[in-house]
Amino acid sequence: MTGIANQNQDILEVRGMTKYFQIGPFFKTKLVHAVEDASFTVKQGQVLALVGESGSGKTTTIRLIARLIPVTRGDIYFESVDILNAEPGRASLVYRNKVQLIFQDPFSSLNAVHTIEHHLSRPLILHKKVTNRWELHERVCTLLERVDLNPAEDIASRYPHQLSGGQRQRVAIARSLAVEPKLILADEPISMLDVSIRMGILNLIEKLKTEQGISFVYITHDLASARYIGDQIIVMYAGHMVEGGDSEVILSQAVHPYTRLLLSAVPDPGAGLATQKNLGARGEVPSLIDPPPGCPFVARCPLVQTDCRRSMPERSEISPGHWVRCHHYADKE
Amino acid sequence: MNPPFNKPLLDIHELKVVYLTARGPVKAVDGVSLSIRPGEIVGLAGESGSGKSTIAHAILRVLHPPALITGGQAFFNDRDILEMSEQELEHFRWKNISIVFQSAMNALNPVMRVRDQLLDIMLQHGFTKAAANERAVQLFNLVGIEPKRLDAYPHQLSGGMRQRAVIAIALALDPPLMILDEPTTALDVVVQKDILQQIAVLREKLGFSILFITHDLSLLVEFSMSIAIMYAGEIVERAMARELFDNPLHPYTVGLMNSFPSISGKLQKLSGIPGSPPDLLSPPTGCRFHPRCPKVMPVCAQLAPVEQLISKDHQVACHLYGGRS
Repeated sequence: MTGIANQNQDILEVRGMTKYFQIGPFFKTKLVHAVEDASFTVKQGQVLALVGESGSGKTTTIRLIARLIPVTRGDIYFESVDILNAEPGRASLVYRNKVQLIFQDPFSSLNAVHTIEHHLSRPLILHKKVTNRWELHERVCTLLERVDLNPAEDIASRYPHQLSGGQRQRVAIARSLAVEPKLILADEPISMLDVSIRMGILNLIEKLKTEQGISFVYITHDLASARYIGDQIIVMYAGHMVEGGDSEVILSQAVHPYTRLLLSAVPDPGAGLATQKNLGARGEVPSLIDPPPGCPFVARCPLVQTDCRRSMPERSEISPGHWVRCHHYADKE
Repeated sequence: MNPPFNKPLLDIHELKVVYLTARGPVKAVDGVSLSIRPGEIVGLAGESGSGKSTIAHAILRVLHPPALITGGQAFFNDRDILEMSEQELEHFRWKNISIVFQSAMNALNPVMRVRDQLLDIMLQHGFTKAAANERAVQLFNLVGIEPKRLDAYPHQLSGGMRQRAVIAIALALDPPLMILDEPTTALDVVVQKDILQQIAVLREKLGFSILFITHDLSLLVEFSMSIAIMYAGEIVERAMARELFDNPLHPYTVGLMNSFPSISGKLQKLSGIPGSPPDLLSPPTGCRFHPRCPKVMPVCAQLAPVEQLISKDHQVACHLYGGRS
């Protein structure tokens, strides 16, 4: 099924993916509804930005896709293969070869007692990408150059603590590139970095996308950076995907009250803080433990109506590619 | 609302702080001058390691070895904080300057009820128990938490509520100056906006000054009146917030502005700043920004620029604008 990949072909499709975590003592177990009924696609050579507050299920979503944790319900199709049925249990080496993760914290994702060369050699050896040690060293240097770490020879011999945060994150990206993946899942890759070097990392992701056609799922809580590199944006709230579409459409024509709340909260130097009207929504994110039926946003929503407490609305399409899960827009179908 | 003129409330002059490390002294703050007038919101922006939090800790005299204040003065109403004895400090701290730290979870004691932590500071400063309890209820109303949550332990509160509780503690003695050290970095944007709006409202009502420390320049432009930009232990540019946003002069400030994608307007390619912040054990010679500067000149590596007044309330330390040592 791994035909010639061209633009606009779905590389990943997720249908109704759900994850519940069990907590509590044995006879009184409760379920944390971490991700509920998530469906989306990622196209070849595109960046999908998952935006949401902490606890909204973004990280769980990509950990499910990476198959680090088992899925409760739902299907994952990777390159049109139903991956959960084709490879029950642990993900195969072939799958891990195609799907890679980058973590948030480059200070803990690299092992302090090993050199950079060691970090980059591991995947190359494990996935049998090289045949001898001279080739290995050459490949390590090429990888470092691909993420703009120069001089590669010098960087390769260093230890993680000798590099800055931005350099370390580049090493982490180089490590994920080692196996020539098709899809990279990036979990808030810039949030732990100094502000002045964040753009460098985002531009690197952009470059890998356009020059090598690698697809990304980019997780962030920052709508501005999602807009900057995301082709598509999906907004998550309390485990649910509430709105999605082309990033410019989401930024300019968002309809879900939560998306609009998020947008109004992003600092915009163009307007003063005091002059802005109140957000119209207060309160806190609801608990994910055995939540009641209905939309998770009811407690904060300015547009709440009776339907909202009864059931979670289905998707309704606002315009081609732009969908929302909100009862307020359900009748426009 | 107090008009932000007249005499400075806090006047920091040539403050120098050094961290003694095994590999040598690190000049975390190197000759910083900054003044805050009554009722003013001053923003201090910089990357991690630029020395902005160290300034806050130095003003409160809560720096402990290996950090050493090696020079300068910090006048608060004509009294030099850096000269005060421990006893004087006990009366001075919190009554005159309070601070809200980045992580409320670390600022609150997890095994004490929030009420006891609020009362602690007031009883220390001569409140009676009854008066302190009354004030605690008043403070919680002020910051927008139900007073019945006073008897909660910190873990029973959400992140936003914890930060509000910390703000209530900071307001307890009605100090004329409050330092906010990245108060909302650990919070979600919606909560962040909520809390900053609340602080802005409280400031209008109570008239205190704010020193707002953050790395998020777009937040600062929105929230503060004047802004100072720090790089590697020095202030490189300062101006009124709008002026700085519309007309940044120092290449570092321009680079910082270029590091925040916008949510509105045309999407444009941003470059950030190449390279990494310097190692302060051996900072670059001359201007500390010169190895990363896109407009570097031969003089930059040799001479440290001094701050030049460009226009009213706009100062910059850069050779591009004729600064000579």
